[in-house]
Amino acid sequence: MAEISRDDVRHIAGLARIGVPEDRLDALVGELNGILAHMEVLQRVDSAGAAAAEDAERTGMPLQPDQGPSVKLERPVAAIAPRTHALDGAPMPSVIDGFILVPRLATHEDAGDES
Amino acid sequence: MTATPESLLAAGAGAIAAAVREGKASATAIVEASFARAAAVDAGPRGLNCILSSDRDASLRAVESALVGGALAGVPVVLKDNIATTTLSTSCGSKILEGYVSPYESAVARKLREAGAILVGKGNMDEFAMGSSTEFSAYGPARNPTDRTRVPGGSSGGSAAAVAAGIVPIAFGSETGGSVRQPAAFCGVVGVKPTYGRISRFGLVAFASSLDNIGVFGRTVDDAARAMEAVSGDDTRDDATSAPLAAPALRTDSRDLAGLVIGKPREYFPASLSAAMRAHCDRAIDALRARGAEIRDVSLPHTDLALPVYYIIAPAECSANLARFDGVRYGLRVEGDGLRGMYEATRSKGFGAEVTRRILLGTYVLSAGYYDAYYRKAQDVRALIANDFTRVWASGVHALFTPTTAAPAFTIGAISDPYEMYLCDLFTVAANLAEIPAISIPIGRIGGLPVGGQVIAPRFGEAAMFRVSYALEAELGGAAHA
Repeated sequence: MAEISRDDVRHIAGLARIGVPEDRLDALVGELNGILAHMEVLQRVDSAGAAAAEDAERTGMPLQPDQGPSVKLERPVAAIAPRTHALDGAPMPSVIDGFILVPRLATHEDAGDES
Repeated sequence: MTATPESLLAAGAGAIAAAVREGKASATAIVEASFARAAAVDAGPRGLNCILSSDRDASLRAVESALVGGALAGVPVVLKDNIATTTLSTSCGSKILEGYVSPYESAVARKLREAGAILVGKGNMDEFAMGSSTEFSAYGPARNPTDRTRVPGGSSGGSAAAVAAGIVPIAFGSETGGSVRQPAAFCGVVGVKPTYGRISRFGLVAFASSLDNIGVFGRTVDDAARAMEAVSGDDTRDDATSAPLAAPALRTDSRDLAGLVIGKPREYFPASLSAAMRAHCDRAIDALRARGAEIRDVSLPHTDLALPVYYIIAPAECSANLARFDGVRYGLRVEGDGLRGMYEATRSKGFGAEVTRRILLGTYVLSAGYYDAYYRKAQDVRALIANDFTRVWASGVHALFTPTTAAPAFTIGAISDPYEMYLCDLFTVAANLAEIPAISIPIGRIGGLPVGGQVIAPRFGEAAMFRVSYALEAELGGAAHA
């Protein structure tokens, strides 16, 4: 299996939406390759289809009906809002149909469409 | 002679609940004694640092409204800081959730409250339960009550240390790969990882959803059984719990193991296992035999693959679960350049080094071109590991005995290589991968430090697991702590 490079770490950090400082890249390359080296042993195991076969054999637990109760907020919205909001004198979040409204930050176009 | 609150706290959950129910003890005085004990051992630069948050007034108010007839009446408890509570914050040991108070209560917290237990604190933990020492907490490492230069284990190290130090008789943690059993072994207490689905995880902050369990700590097997009985059962809000799933009857007066076959898997006793650990395990196995069990050598041939499989599946699932901590919905927000910049700045600042490492690892093994080689492969090998256990049960074995860890607690700061830390989970991860119950029980000391033995049972086989545990504890007696 190919080793992870600095560019790979930048790429997966982007996918994971985590900012990684340049001075951490080399350390992360070493750490991740060190961990993945221990996973190589799996490539030598004949396991084709084992998970699918187990699923087919397994009787499993009986499933419960998919009709769980809705979960009500147990504390008032004022108590849930971050303390910084209260300290800043910012208004408490508005609630519509049980959902808390959060401020719009940017359009999705700004976020890019990387996948 | 009337028992004092301090002596009841030391005597355990069963004694406290009985005394409170019979009106012989004041739950308020017991909770006060718990806070006094915490003040004596937990605070300060050399303190255990096992409690991250507590509110004495809120706990005393809870006593006033608690039912005195419950199974855990007046019993002070600590919950790991990734279990949602409405009176105390739930930080998961992370800066990204510092000060976060959940708008709803976890199923476990609710069941404990309904049983009369009193929440007195939230337990320190490795950030988002990723670690084996509680050194990865953003709020400083917890310390081992037996030797404060050493770790209590992890990730539920705060909960384990709180029980070992006598702050509470029972506590709750979470298990993804051994995060209850390993700290239980390091701290010299009992730690239980139930069958996947036995205890509702509603309100447990998700780490790796196919592996996560709520787990239980007690100073004795009986207290652990009481705690398990109080919180087990199905819940429509956690679809891993299945209906109908009644709380099991785990407590038993029997200390006899006649008719039970207990397997000794050779892969858990490698040549590298220390002579001291091997001697403690041999003594425990002799104790099981003395109580009437038949001991049989067995093999779980894929055991050495459990750790690599775990460290693919758990990071993969964590990379998805922790995507929600983005600066919008919870806790910390660090402004950045646009939405993307805000996400990256928040997550970079909010997550510690180990959580970042695991999210990156998980993202990598799920990414295009690597999914089949790593994640799908790990799922297939996971099935082989589970099948190893299935075959052993089918051969007539009722439970297995193994060491919980290869060695006792290590010194704080002694392990810096990530994979070396992962090796702490060597004997515990397979039970999580196979979704089966396992318990760690004190079996002795090495160099003055506690070590544990592990009993593993088939899915939903907790009753047999506890029967073995009661007998082992009774037969070892004081030797379990010598």
